[in-house]
Amino acid sequence: MARNSLHLSNQSLGAFGEEIVALELKSRGAQILDRNWRIKEGEIDLVVQLPNGVIAIVEVKTRSTLAFGHPLESITQKKSQRLQRLALAWLVTHHRFGDLYQIDCAAVVVDQFGKHTIDYRSDVL
Amino acid sequence: MFCDISQMTLGISLGVALIGLMGEVVRVEVDIADGLPGYFLLGLPDAALTESRERVRSAIVNCSQPWPNRKVTVSLSPAWLPKRGSGFDVPIAIALLSAQGLLPQERISETIFIGELGLDGDIRGVGGVLPSLIQAFKAGITRAVVPQANAVEAQLLTEMEIIPTGHLRDLLSWLCTGEPNSFPTQSCKIDEESPIFDFSEVAGQHLARTAAEVAAVGGHHMLMIGPPGAGKTMIAQRLPSILPKLSRQNSLEVAAIHSLSGDFNHRSPLSQEPPFVSPHHTATRVAMVGGGSHSIRPGACSLAHHGVLFIDEAPECGVGVLDVLRQPLESGIVTIARAIGNVTYPARFILLLAANPCPCGKFTGRGRNCTCSSQQVRRYLAKLSGPLLDRIDIRTQVEPVGRVEILDSQLSESSAVIAARVSAARSRSQDRFLHELWKLNCDIPGRALRTTYQLDTKAMAFLHTELDRENITARGLHKVMRLSWSIADLESHLRPTLEDAKRAYLLREGNQL
Repeated sequence: MARNSLHLSNQSLGAFGEEIVALELKSRGAQILDRNWRIKEGEIDLVVQLPNGVIAIVEVKTRSTLAFGHPLESITQKKSQRLQRLALAWLVTHHRFGDLYQIDCAAVVVDQFGKHTIDYRSDVL
Repeated sequence: MFCDISQMTLGISLGVALIGLMGEVVRVEVDIADGLPGYFLLGLPDAALTESRERVRSAIVNCSQPWPNRKVTVSLSPAWLPKRGSGFDVPIAIALLSAQGLLPQERISETIFIGELGLDGDIRGVGGVLPSLIQAFKAGITRAVVPQANAVEAQLLTEMEIIPTGHLRDLLSWLCTGEPNSFPTQSCKIDEESPIFDFSEVAGQHLARTAAEVAAVGGHHMLMIGPPGAGKTMIAQRLPSILPKLSRQNSLEVAAIHSLSGDFNHRSPLSQEPPFVSPHHTATRVAMVGGGSHSIRPGACSLAHHGVLFIDEAPECGVGVLDVLRQPLESGIVTIARAIGNVTYPARFILLLAANPCPCGKFTGRGRNCTCSSQQVRRYLAKLSGPLLDRIDIRTQVEPVGRVEILDSQLSESSAVIAARVSAARSRSQDRFLHELWKLNCDIPGRALRTTYQLDTKAMAFLHTELDRENITARGLHKVMRLSWSIADLESHLRPTLEDAKRAYLLREGNQL
């Protein structure tokens, strides 16, 4: 099924998007603390420590087309609440509870030639 | 690679929120902030207004304008005022585009925007445009963008610059360039349609015709009692044709009320004909005075403002339906209280009631053909309550039409002839009341009747005798005096004579209930 010429499945498209965001954040001086942290309740795509010391829980949404709307529009009230719970769970598990943290969202749009754009929004919830 | 979304943006436009005929200019503020894409509408919107989100979004996208994929907050200020309807679509869209910095500010400020958006950007008509504009004008705003469909009623307000638009794209190009492109300018001419009904079609009924004429002169309320088929409804339908045309101020008031109820299908907004409203006798109390929980809509008595409220088969009305009219009959206004607020509508009308004399309708003359028991007859008209009847100046019998009158119908006067007499009489009374607070004979207060507006001595003596004999009550005396003034105006007497008083007495007390 050729949804785009890169022949990526949805999973690998997602992994590709997370990789791009991780690289971009690293190049801005952030330190990657965790990736694809998964518990029963769900998964956190990226946990990074920003240059200012704040821990950022990052949700990455990757799309190959804008035909179904902006990627971040798919983050509903319910999903954002789950993200909050996951963030707290990560902090508690890693003995970082009490540290400053924020939840960020990144929208990655990959076009059929493999070119991508990142729409990064800090501290959205 | 990261998008720059740090700058904060704000757009403002103006709309109007109505509560009844009153309203307030609403500032529509749109803030586009960082965060997840979302749309938050503040300021007590109702269901139709909440749905504006999807209409505005589709309209903007389909006019090839960008939709901000960010957190959009729309605030309708003042926030405590409940807002309703789809008329805020256009101001929201304009504020949203201006928040994105796509529109020059100069033509947006000091302009009222009204209109509903179609998904393709079409701007559609809404109710209540005229009262909204009147309120905006009172608030000092002199320019308005209205839907093409409401252009005619909007142009009644000649003091304002009205910009009718049919499409969001046209509106945007006007805001950017100031060129009013493709707005066909409609001439604001007053309709001169002639009434469909004419008094010449009424056969006979000399007494009822005179009664209608006097009612038209003084604005008196009237009750007609007669058997089925005698012509009560015919006379009622023809009453507006002999009433004077509405003045500009009055026709504006009438158009504003009709705009709220959204029924310009039956009546042109420019019409100068006095409105004629005839609710069916199954109407509820709320239908009569107005009401509703979401928006308080005008009832039949407000729609008949400056015109005629005709209730056929009045005794068949539900319990209390006619009695709700007692207050507006007295004060000329209706104040309706609901959870969302109090609304006052004007309701100054001529009440016209028609009734059969009994359930079978044949109790006329000696009542030989009537099949009702005497108790039924008595009970039938007793459904019209005393306090209501007390407020009705004229009570007239409408007799069955005989052969002679049918043949005579060729000689009946036409509405035009009667209307000329009525308007001459009205102008006489208006000259007389130039420095008074009231304009019509039916409104002369009792105090004034006893001092400045007494009848001549012989007439007063006659009425006082009738009062002494307890043939009329004190209130009845005042009613007869007011009627006398109307008759005197018709006869161009400076002061009502004995003859005028006797005719007035006949109109008021001729039919003892």
